[in-house]
Parts: sequence; C-alpha cells; structure tokens
Amino acid sequence: MSTTPLQPLTAPATVTSWYEASARTRTRLLLDPGSFVEFIGPEKREVSPHLKVFDLPEQFDDGIVVGCGSLGGAKVLIAAQEGRFMGGAFGEVHGAKLTGLLRGARDIGSMPVLILFDTGGVRLQEANAGELAIAEIMRAVIEARCAGVKVVGLIGGRSGCYGGGGLIAACCSSLAVSEQGRIAVSGPEVIETNRGTEEFDSRDRALVWRTMGGKHRRLLGAADAFVDDTVQAFRDAALALLGEAGGFGLEILTKEQARLEARLRDFGTCADALDIWSAMGISHADAVSSLPADEFITLADAFGRISHDAR
Amino acid sequence: MEDLSLRHATREPAGGTEAIAIVGVVASGNLEVLVERVLTDRECLVEIRTTAHGFDDVWTAVVADFVERYSPGGLKFSINDGGARPDTVSLRLAQAVRLMERAR
Amino acid sequence: MMLDDILASLFPAGHDVQNADGVVLGSGALRAGGRALVVGIADRTPLGVDDAIRLAAHVLQSITTGNGPILIVVDSDSQRMSKRDELLGLNEFLAHLGKCLIHADRHGRPTIGLLYGHSAAGAFLATALATRVLVGLPGATPAVMDLPSMSKVTKLSVEVLEEKAKSTPVFAPGLANLAQTGAVHAIWDAAVPLVDQLEALLQAIPDSDDRRDLLGKKRGGRSKAYEIAERVRGLALQMR
Repeated sequence: MSTTPLQPLTAPATVTSWYEASARTRTRLLLDPGSFVEFIGPEKREVSPHLKVFDLPEQFDDGIVVGCGSLGGAKVLIAAQEGRFMGGAFGEVHGAKLTGLLRGARDIGSMPVLILFDTGGVRLQEANAGELAIAEIMRAVIEARCAGVKVVGLIGGRSGCYGGGGLIAACCSSLAVSEQGRIAVSGPEVIETNRGTEEFDSRDRALVWRTMGGKHRRLLGAADAFVDDTVQAFRDAALALLGEAGGFGLEILTKEQARLEARLRDFGTCADALDIWSAMGISHADAVSSLPADEFITLADAFGRISHDAR
Repeated sequence: MEDLSLRHATREPAGGTEAIAIVGVVASGNLEVLVERVLTDRECLVEIRTTAHGFDDVWTAVVADFVERYSPGGLKFSINDGGARPDTVSLRLAQAVRLMERAR
Repeated sequence: MMLDDILASLFPAGHDVQNADGVVLGSGALRAGGRALVVGIADRTPLGVDDAIRLAAHVLQSITTGNGPILIVVDSDSQRMSKRDELLGLNEFLAHLGKCLIHADRHGRPTIGLLYGHSAAGAFLATALATRVLVGLPGATPAVMDLPSMSKVTKLSVEVLEEKAKSTPVFAPGLANLAQTGAVHAIWDAAVPLVDQLEALLQAIPDSDDRRDLLGKKRGGRSKAYEIAERVRGLALQMR
C-alpha cells in the first residue's frame, strides 16, 4: 500500500481538486476563510454505536462534518460527507447530524443549506437506521424548502451520490455537479450483480461515466450547473445557485411531473446516453465525454435541459 | 479492534496555541489523528484504536520516534487507524503537530 | 394477507382499487364517510421510472381535486435495477414520488403506509417511508438489504450475521427490527377487521411532524439519532 501524499495544508481553492480533497478541506476552502464553526465536532467523539459490533473502526465525526459558516459574506449551514470513510454511507449518527441541520434551517427559515454529497448510500452495518435516516432527511429537506430555505447540493466526490443519497439530492432546490459526480440509485456493481454484465458492465468506466456522470446529469436537467473539478468552481456555482429563486409547492411539483414525463416521452426508448445526447440535437455526441469543462458548459447551455423551478 | 495507550514525558511544550486539530480519514491504509491541548506541558499521550492486531512494537517505536523529534508536550493524540503503514502514521502525526503550531 | 383480502377488509363499503401489473391505483369508501385515495405497489414489483411517474401523477391529481387520507399499500421489490432506469434518472423519479406524498401529507391529506409484503432500498424510501404513519401487517418482510448481499459486503458469513442480528436489530431485515428503529409506527392485528384499525388510526392521527427518531429512541432501536439531531438543531438555531 502506498503512502498517502501530503496535500499542502494551505493550497488555494483554485488548484484544489474537489474529488481528491477531504470533506474538511472542501468545507474550509468552499466557505469564506476562517468562517466555519463546526457542530458536534470530532472532539465530542459522537461515533457510531454500531460499528464495534462488526469490529470496524469508528471515525470521530462519523464521516460527516456539519456546521455554519459564511459564503460571500452571507451565513450558510453546511454538511460535508467524507466519501473515504465507509464510502460516505449514511449511518445513525451520520444521518442524524444532517437531519438536525436541516430541521434547524427549517426553524430559522432564511439561512440556506449546502450539502456536499459523497456517498454510496446506506451503511449496511446499520442498514435500518441508515435507511430511516435517509427518509428523515428527505422529509427534512422538504420541510426546510417549504419554510423558504434553499438547499443546494454539490456533487463531485469519489464515492459519488448513490442509493438514498441520490434521492436526497433530487429533493434539493438545485444541484451543481462535476464530471466525476456520479448520481444514481443503483450503483454499477449492484446492477451487474443483480442483472448480469449484459445489463451493465461495471468495469466499463466510460459506460459508468456517461450513464451516471455529471455531464449526462447536466444535459438531462438532473443537475442545474456543471462545474470543473476545483473547490473554487464549486464555490462559484454555490454562490450562483443561492442567488436563484427557491421555493417549493404544488406548482413546482406539477412542473417536475411534466418535466419527468417529457423526459420519458423524449428519451424513454434510448438505449444509451449517446442516443439521448443525439436526440437532444448534439451533432457529435461521441465527443461529449472528452470535452473540457468550459467547452462542455457552452454545449450544455445550448442543448441541455433546464430543471430550474421544476424540482 | 485493538486499543493501545502510550504515555511519554516530553522535553518541552508543543508550539503554537491551537486547542484542537484533526487530520486524515479512517480508511484502509489510512488513519485519523485528533489532537487536543489538554495535558500538562511536559507530558504527551497517544491513544490508538487500530484494526491491525499485534503491532504494539511498531506503534511503540513510531510514537517514541515522533515524541523525540517533535516534543509535543501538552498534547493528547487520539488515533483511529484503518491499518496504515508506519510512514503514513508518522506523516499524520507530523501534520497534526504542524496544525497545532498555528496561532489562534 | 393478499391484496384483495386486505382491500376488502379495509373498505367493506366498497372500493374501486385496481392492480395493473403491480401498480395499485384507486380509492376506497371510509366508514366515517368520504373516500381514501389508494396508491401502491403490489406483487413484489420493482419500482422503476415508468411506475413511479404514474403513481406520482395520481397523487398530484388527487391533491388538486380530492380530499381525505392517502393510503399507500406496499409489496414491492427494491428499485428497478437497470441501465435504462438509471440512464433516465431514477433518483429523480423516486424522489418526485416521495415529494408528492410528503407535500400531500403536509397539506391536509394525511398519508398512511401499509406495508403488507416486501420492500427494500429506493422503493421503500419513495413509498412506505415517505408517509406520516407506516403500519406493518404481520408477515410483511421489509429488508433494506438481504443477509446474503450483506454477507458479501461485510465479508461475514450469513450465520455470523444471523447471530449478530439477535443482539443488534439495527441492521437485520424484518418488520420487528424496523419497528424498533421507529420506521414502522404500529403492527396491525390480522385477526381484527382492518377497517376497525384504520378508522381508529384516522380518528387519532398524529400531526405531520416527523417523530420517528424519538420513537426509535423509546423503543431502543436507535439510541443516538434523536439526541444528535436535536443537538445539531439547537446549535444551528444559535447561529441565527
């Protein structure tokens, strides 16, 4: 096993890869310098009560950092999952920290929430508590949004945003995603295990990226903004998304119903992402995967679907 | 899991005034180190919880070397280890001390 | 119990609920007057994009034109695991269904989940777990993940997992284990007409606040969730 490279502790956001950075580094560099205050930090040692049953190591923050800071001078609540600890999966404590944060946001009513997703879904060693935590978080996101709170999701970590994490993400007001930010319910290995390699070859990385990756999600209208893989790009996107209109109600649900029905009608028979991109009018669909971020953003602005006010 | 507790006397107190710092993550071949300035100036405590059994001697040597080099007086280190190699452990301990050396 | 028997026992005054290839849609006459919307998944059908959007359409239409409680009957598989579903954004379709149910619940249409068979993972989140009150019927077999799959991930044998499940219900499949965490509010008695139990529940329906973490604490299935969430909420409020 190789030694973990020593990331400079003071590298600026412009050159720090979101994908490579830890949850704490993302949080520190995303927010205004020195503004972050953590809730129930690692020194409180509120670890999972269940991992010891499986003789597994605990992490002092149970794999999620929650707190408050400022972004562009305005206060925000923030949660960041650590995708390297247990795959960023939701356990009892991990989930409860996010639930509490969202309920706090709901009660305050005006302070937005940023969720830095990096998760494989439910933590199996505490599956019932994790699954229920996700259900509680979904409800808490909706309650916060009903109270006028904007909930913005940022996705680009090594564990992606899978399982129940994908459902929570789809409950957010808006999402920013990088190419590495895969969003799905069933992961590639899960589909392959259950349905065989003919259905999905999880080792075909190009297939994984174009089916679940950030570029496809942006084109489909599943994410609102596509960003390059730097903390600065996510910070800029978060600021922009917080500036947009929020809200939640019957009108938005009705628009989302129409948006998703249109997607099924327009692309429901497509066998591959390439077919969907071609059907959108993109002339060189096969070149999309290799486009650099800036060129892709121009393309997505011209051809991609918009989910604004319909999620 | 295996628990180890290593206590050392130090030559001098650790620099800086930071009260707490944390580095690393708990993953295969990696570890997290939580440092707290909670002890008297001339003592240092390293508490380790590790997935790798039977490496007491290695931990003892790595920590002794670390204490000798950095003299982290007043600091308590709490480690959750996912089976990191000794060089990774040394690296994280050094990073942790460096973070504590910042002025608040 | 079979779906037909359940519906007959819930709505002795009649119902028009249809099961079309596992998608359950319709309504039933309540004894106290009025009707309950009924939606759901039957026959252990996996929930994919096509069925999720149909169910959501039904709920949305009912929000604008109907009244009364909404009953979600569930005997589903997991989410449908396929390339097509993920390609089309299954997470959005499942979340949309959940959002419609939660919105309805918060706007005068109390939602009651009735778990009478299986359910798992994403399908469970989008249906039964997106309700105000989740009721289990004896014999229901919910499982976030089955033990053989869990054995693969945790690298522990099924026998070891079964042994651990006895002392730690937090990961093991089953209605009783889920009830202990607070996910399932009550388990109904199959020997008592369901209409009596439904009417009793409707008469004493709790408000729409989510108290599943408190329930899990009281039942000993989740010792920390409630306290942690409350502490974080309190700390957030101090930032106001």
